[in-house]
Amino acid sequence: MKANIKKANQEAVSRILGAKPTLVGISTAGDAIPGMKRTMVLHAGPPVPWEKMCGPMRGAVIGGLILEGMAQGREEAEALAASGDILFDSCHHHAAVGPMAGVVTWSMPVWVMENKTFGNQAFCTLNEGLGKVLRYGAFSRDVIARLRWMAEDLAPILAKALEAHGEIDMKSMIAQALHMGDEGHNRNRAGTSLFIRELAPHLVALDVDRKKIARVLAFLHGNDHFFLNLTMPACKCTVDPALGIKAASVIVAMARNGTEFGIRVAGLGERWFTGPANMVDGLYLPGFSAKDAAPDIGDSVITETAGIGGFAMAAAPAIVKFVGGTPGDALRLTRQMYEITVAENDAYQVPFLDFRGTPTAIDLIKVVETGILPAINTGIAHKKPGLGMVGAGLVKPPESCFHRAFEAFVEKYGA
Amino acid sequence: MEKVLVLKNAYFDSAFLMLVSKAVKQLPGILDAALVMGTEVNIEILRGIGLLGPVAQSVSPNDLIIAIQGQSAKTLNHAMDAAKKLLRQRKTGIEEEGEYRPVSLQGALRIIPDANLVVISAPGLYAAREARKALDAGLHVMLFSDHVSLEEEIALKKKAVRKDLLMMGPDCGTALINGKPLCFANVVRRGNIGVVAASGSGLQELTCLIHHFGGGLSQAIGTGGRDLRREVGGLMMLTGIEALTQDPSTKVIVVLSKPPDGQVADKVHARLKQTGKPCVIHFVGLKAVPASGDAHFAGDLEETAAMAVALSKGLPYRGVKAFCTKRDAVVKQETRDLGAGQKYLRGLYAGGTLAEEALVLFEREGYDIYSNIQMNPEKTLKDPHRSFRHTIVDLGDDRFTAGRPHPMIDPDIRAQRIEKETAGPEVACLLLDFVLGYGAHEDPCGALLKTLKEAKDRAQKRGGHLAVVVSITGTEDDPQNRREQSKKLESIGCVVMPSNAQAARLALQIMKKVTP
Amino acid sequence: MTKVKKILRLFQEDLVVVNLGLEAFAEALRKEDVKVLQMNWRPPAGGDQRLIALLDRLEK
Repeated sequence: MKANIKKANQEAVSRILGAKPTLVGISTAGDAIPGMKRTMVLHAGPPVPWEKMCGPMRGAVIGGLILEGMAQGREEAEALAASGDILFDSCHHHAAVGPMAGVVTWSMPVWVMENKTFGNQAFCTLNEGLGKVLRYGAFSRDVIARLRWMAEDLAPILAKALEAHGEIDMKSMIAQALHMGDEGHNRNRAGTSLFIRELAPHLVALDVDRKKIARVLAFLHGNDHFFLNLTMPACKCTVDPALGIKAASVIVAMARNGTEFGIRVAGLGERWFTGPANMVDGLYLPGFSAKDAAPDIGDSVITETAGIGGFAMAAAPAIVKFVGGTPGDALRLTRQMYEITVAENDAYQVPFLDFRGTPTAIDLIKVVETGILPAINTGIAHKKPGLGMVGAGLVKPPESCFHRAFEAFVEKYGA
Repeated sequence: MEKVLVLKNAYFDSAFLMLVSKAVKQLPGILDAALVMGTEVNIEILRGIGLLGPVAQSVSPNDLIIAIQGQSAKTLNHAMDAAKKLLRQRKTGIEEEGEYRPVSLQGALRIIPDANLVVISAPGLYAAREARKALDAGLHVMLFSDHVSLEEEIALKKKAVRKDLLMMGPDCGTALINGKPLCFANVVRRGNIGVVAASGSGLQELTCLIHHFGGGLSQAIGTGGRDLRREVGGLMMLTGIEALTQDPSTKVIVVLSKPPDGQVADKVHARLKQTGKPCVIHFVGLKAVPASGDAHFAGDLEETAAMAVALSKGLPYRGVKAFCTKRDAVVKQETRDLGAGQKYLRGLYAGGTLAEEALVLFEREGYDIYSNIQMNPEKTLKDPHRSFRHTIVDLGDDRFTAGRPHPMIDPDIRAQRIEKETAGPEVACLLLDFVLGYGAHEDPCGALLKTLKEAKDRAQKRGGHLAVVVSITGTEDDPQNRREQSKKLESIGCVVMPSNAQAARLALQIMKKVTP
Repeated sequence: MTKVKKILRLFQEDLVVVNLGLEAFAEALRKEDVKVLQMNWRPPAGGDQRLIALLDRLEK
């Protein structure tokens, strides 16, 4: 059995490392996302019913329903959400990923990311910026107005520029960003800069009102996390081809919905194994503290699943200081991750470790055996909807979901 | 009053924890302190000594329990802070080094894929599993841990034999491979004598005496204490003999063990006959019999070493240069001032085989010796902490070391025993071993100096004389300076003999004067 | 006749050691110029015997 598992994991690694995540266009959720419906609201993390959703996610759902014109205000939206007429589902079930609340509705523009090696795609909305935004549960008039602007101006303009430029090799861009102090989850400033630089000449050459283009550029420039909504679908379409490989113990998805943390394992197909979401251990912005924090939430941990984010923390020492540790901590954490992964990445490297590849392909069995949990660094949302980000830090997934997955794995494949 | 704290996911090895416990216990106002991992066994032990409250609910073996008993809340809080500080020092030490320390064997092999040997001293509960993984990965194993089951030992050794790997242990305290010290071992000259041994302190004494007699070691392979039992069948002993037979650097093969089960002894003898190399055999407790062909039999560890060295140099064995001429003078000196009530011998040993060697020697001369390592149930001490008449104890035995460090590492247990023995006037002669080398205490002789001096002074005040006869197992190349160690003991009037066998014989001569 | 080729090879090589447990053993080897890696070993699966049994089922 041991030999079978090893072989299966090698196959999974080969598929993951062989991925070619490529940005091929911008569309809308309704047009592009498989299985999307007008009455459907996608969210981050494993499936969760409306009644169990945390504050920020509820806020985002309310905002989404208002955006689609299905409700006028909060009370109407809440009633609609609870009525049973809205279909809630995980982004992951529709080849999508969403940061924080991760709410996706019909009309929202989405990036279309394609893994050229296997042909599979993944989708993600465009990043709204920081502060009071939908993904943190805000649904005020400003939020809705911004979302509308993104659908009416931002997305179409970027789509034209992208078409003029041609497809963008995301793997290469992410690799460069890692050389520049990003890790692709909590620090995306370099990636955002590279993206703007790539498209700027084509933006400027578009036959569009200069003021609109200026606003697009200012928007991109003002949002250090714009690139996150590109790294996420890049990682998703990278790892997805490994799902379903028999006897492979590689983890193909990690995600949180603010209530639970869930994982999926290659050899166990589409099953979610969940445990209660933990609180993030981190630094808070002035005026906030741990008592304001929402539990861990979002699909952004797909980055760790693919070997960046917390797994490339040694590439982004600045992030560690911000989340309260030292560069030595970052190094130690990354080294620990080598103990629970099957391979080293051949594209994403850590300059400080002599350009060693990042630890890639988390092995469920090694996680259980060593007791080392995947290192995740993430933002912290305010527990009340709409108040935005209050800090950032390190979070540990709940051990229980790995144990549950492991028990199922042994039941299926053990002697 | 008591304070208990549980640190989650904070694993430390038992040796380090015992050092911290000891330090905390010495703080003012502290009555008792225990730092242990949250295993079921440890929780029971803490409950048993009244040091654990209702904390045990969700404690796992990866969690650290700190339990302290003190006179006031203030001293308890201070002690708890001190404990945490000491623990932190260990953690930062690891990180500051810059070298990553892997948690798993797999992780380790990713860092040094050219590893060829794993030394395992994890708790017995997990040790066999780690050894199995090491063998599966094609590595030789030195398994220091004990409390590994007989079944596990047999499975491991069978696997090792199948894979052509060394599986030294379980319960293997000493080995020297390529001249390098594994666990408790001395710095010994390289040479052409190869040893396979099922005994720790015996192997240490043997290798040091080989060095002392001018010979050298090619390899010293440990097999663990149970290897020559019928169930294990001498698997590693036979493998070791085979390896030394084929090893071009080995000219003489030495086999050292407790007396093996009959069938196993036959197998060993048969194999030794086929080696084509001169062999020296010593089964501790068995009398030497005349040589048979290339197989020579020795009566004690010193003789074993002397025979091996002679054979290795192609010289005839002429017996051990005994400490004859001055011996009578020494005996006279040590017995001249004996007090009226001084009647008994007390051998307080850290090395099990050394204790055994002394025991056998005295019994052969007709003495009744009580002990915790007696075969004879009638001579077994009812309470190993309490000597009775002539007594020789192995203080490294399991019953003494459960939850406490081994006397070779921590002299306290022997210091306390010496005080106890010599509180009253009935002891005429103390017999002690001091083991040097890697793994041992940094100053074994110095650590007991005060206790021994006080014991001698007490005897003198009573109008008598306490004879203290010792041997030092070590070489001048060991980390502890053997000359200095010897001088320290000599300076307070201890009689330092060149080997355990000679120390026992001298003590015997002394006791003959006491109780003829 | 037991095969001992690998053991004989060990006798010819430099020792490269992984130390799993008490640090003193690694320190001794370092002092004698042996390449040794000290592990930060912890009980597997946090010491949970049930999980360890499950891990062993996958070993076969």
